[in-house]
Amino acid sequence: MDIDLLTNIFYAMVRTGTPLLLVALGELVCEKTGVLNLGQEGMMLFGAVAGFIAAFATGNLWLGVIFACLGGMLLSQLFALVALGFNANQVATGLALTIFGVGLSSFIGAGWVGKPLTGFEPVAIPLLSEIPLIGRMLFAQDLLVYLSFALFALVAWVLLRSRVGLIIQAVGENPNAASAMGLPVLRARALAVLFGGAMAGLAGGYLSLAYTPMWAENMTAGRGWIALALVVFASWRVGRVLLGAYLFGLASILHLVAQGIGLSIPGNLLAMLPYVATIAVLVLLSRDAIRTRLYAPVSLGQPWKAGH
Amino acid sequence: MLLSLEPRGQQSRPMLWLSPLLAALLTLISGALLFAALGHPPLETLRVLLIDPISDLYGISELLVKALPILLCALGLAVVYNARIWNIGAEGQLLMGALAGSALAVHIIDWDSRWALVMTLAVGTLGGAAWAGLCAWLRTQFNANEILTSIMLNYIALNLLLFAVHGPLKDPEGFNFPESAMFGDATRLPQLFEDLRVHAGFYFALLALVVVWVLLQKSFLGFQVKVLGLDKRAAGFVGFREKKLVWIALLISGALAGLAGVAEVTGPIGQLVPQVSPGYGYAAITVAFLGRLNPIGIVFASLLMALLYLGGENAQMAANLPQSITQLFQGMVLFFLLACDVLIHYRPRLKAAGRLKAKGWTKEAAA
Repeated sequence: MDIDLLTNIFYAMVRTGTPLLLVALGELVCEKTGVLNLGQEGMMLFGAVAGFIAAFATGNLWLGVIFACLGGMLLSQLFALVALGFNANQVATGLALTIFGVGLSSFIGAGWVGKPLTGFEPVAIPLLSEIPLIGRMLFAQDLLVYLSFALFALVAWVLLRSRVGLIIQAVGENPNAASAMGLPVLRARALAVLFGGAMAGLAGGYLSLAYTPMWAENMTAGRGWIALALVVFASWRVGRVLLGAYLFGLASILHLVAQGIGLSIPGNLLAMLPYVATIAVLVLLSRDAIRTRLYAPVSLGQPWKAGH
Repeated sequence: MLLSLEPRGQQSRPMLWLSPLLAALLTLISGALLFAALGHPPLETLRVLLIDPISDLYGISELLVKALPILLCALGLAVVYNARIWNIGAEGQLLMGALAGSALAVHIIDWDSRWALVMTLAVGTLGGAAWAGLCAWLRTQFNANEILTSIMLNYIALNLLLFAVHGPLKDPEGFNFPESAMFGDATRLPQLFEDLRVHAGFYFALLALVVVWVLLQKSFLGFQVKVLGLDKRAAGFVGFREKKLVWIALLISGALAGLAGVAEVTGPIGQLVPQVSPGYGYAAITVAFLGRLNPIGIVFASLLMALLYLGGENAQMAANLPQSITQLFQGMVLFFLLACDVLIHYRPRLKAAGRLKAKGWTKEAAA
């Protein structure tokens, strides 16, 4: 393997890992407050189609990004209403959100399939992008990838260093105590779900505006679900989410690696790799039940109502 | 006025069954509003979607053809969901059933004996069960979350199927189309009537319905499954073995989905194609919840879902609406159901805002 190939693999790894990173960061915050939202795939798809249509209609990619976020946020509040407001089972509500999002995005996007769009182009930072091996990976990406770096830093800072992070943790670990201290448990959870929606929408927008600038039904291909596994993989720690996202990015582009070293494996078999990797990772990390329980937010997935 | 929710103390039995009906009604109303917003005449479009497809005998037969795989998958899901095992993998288990059955069927095209069909069905059913067994193994052995493993296995199954129709199972005389050869007549499920596509899989669905009903409502195993679902710790205290129940429930669920898949390829399709299922396994999730995880409820819910599939096709032809209207309605009805379910445990109360204000005022006055 020569150095050019490695440089390209690193570059593609970050590009492919970016949508996973974005959704997983949103879901991490959500799960930290005790809410398990399985609707990531649906919110991503709706974000992708909303962003694409907005960008296509106005010719403004950033407007597309904004609409992608808004789309994700809109759907996330449906989840919040039913799962938090009405106290419905979070697993079932999340599934409903995904099924609804898949249907809604296909319905709205039916007339937009295959339309061409010039998406975000890579912006190379002079000098830095010429660093061997990692220069292209870190400094010659498109603007949304840079945005994902910034959002990672922001989420890490909020969770680990800020007062908001403490509130998030309190609400997720012990909602009763948090409520007794006067923290608005349901509002904190609803806001976390909203943030998760924005991130999932943004991740969808990244797919339809930058990664493959077009709209196709189910174009997220399970990334929303992989992100959920990623949060488990990361043991709910933000640094590991970043690591995991890029590792999964790497697993998704192994066909490039295989081509590079001259292996010929049928495409459909290679396409399975990220999903197989997800299962392998789940097995490795969940094997120790006690460890999983130690790291998972205590109230994860439990409905909560004031005064019960 | 302020709407507030008051706990009922115990669940309301009438609401348990009214809620799905209410959800269906709300979906219809939202659908009509959506059509109106898109500039289609709402009532006319609903007729195209829900009544026209079943206005003749052929339509009824098509309804049963579509309802069959959904019903089989959803019955299986009722078993696992009652145990609170969230198997999202019916789609993958269905595809593996179709794939496993086809792998045998294309090698016995020349057979004349009825055993060809029996063996193909058995292999398909086992294929689905094995795929669900993987989930059971991953959960009982490694504690891996079955929601995530089963959904990953869906994607893996789809890719395996695509690999098979592009590679080992591709018809050598098929002009390079990604399809298997047509199965021999002996491996095809017979049609029940001439000129109608409804096939002998109908009897399997009836059989599965009875079996699952007896299992859930009358058997000790079903009781154990339900206790496990209600309270895992209690199930442990009385000595029910969780791992065994997880295995059994998932195997039953996978076997039924596998049967659905192999019945599709040996029945209406007659060969292995990439689009064996237009999302039947996912639709079954909605159906299982809509039918209240009860076999009889699931029969009605799967007929409704099959109608949505037929209606989606019809709406595309007659009203130029995207076929994905089917998935949209699926999602809507599930959402409305979960929202309406709040009424099972809570009573909505309107609180007069005026009274609250008055209270506040007296407090202030007291201070």
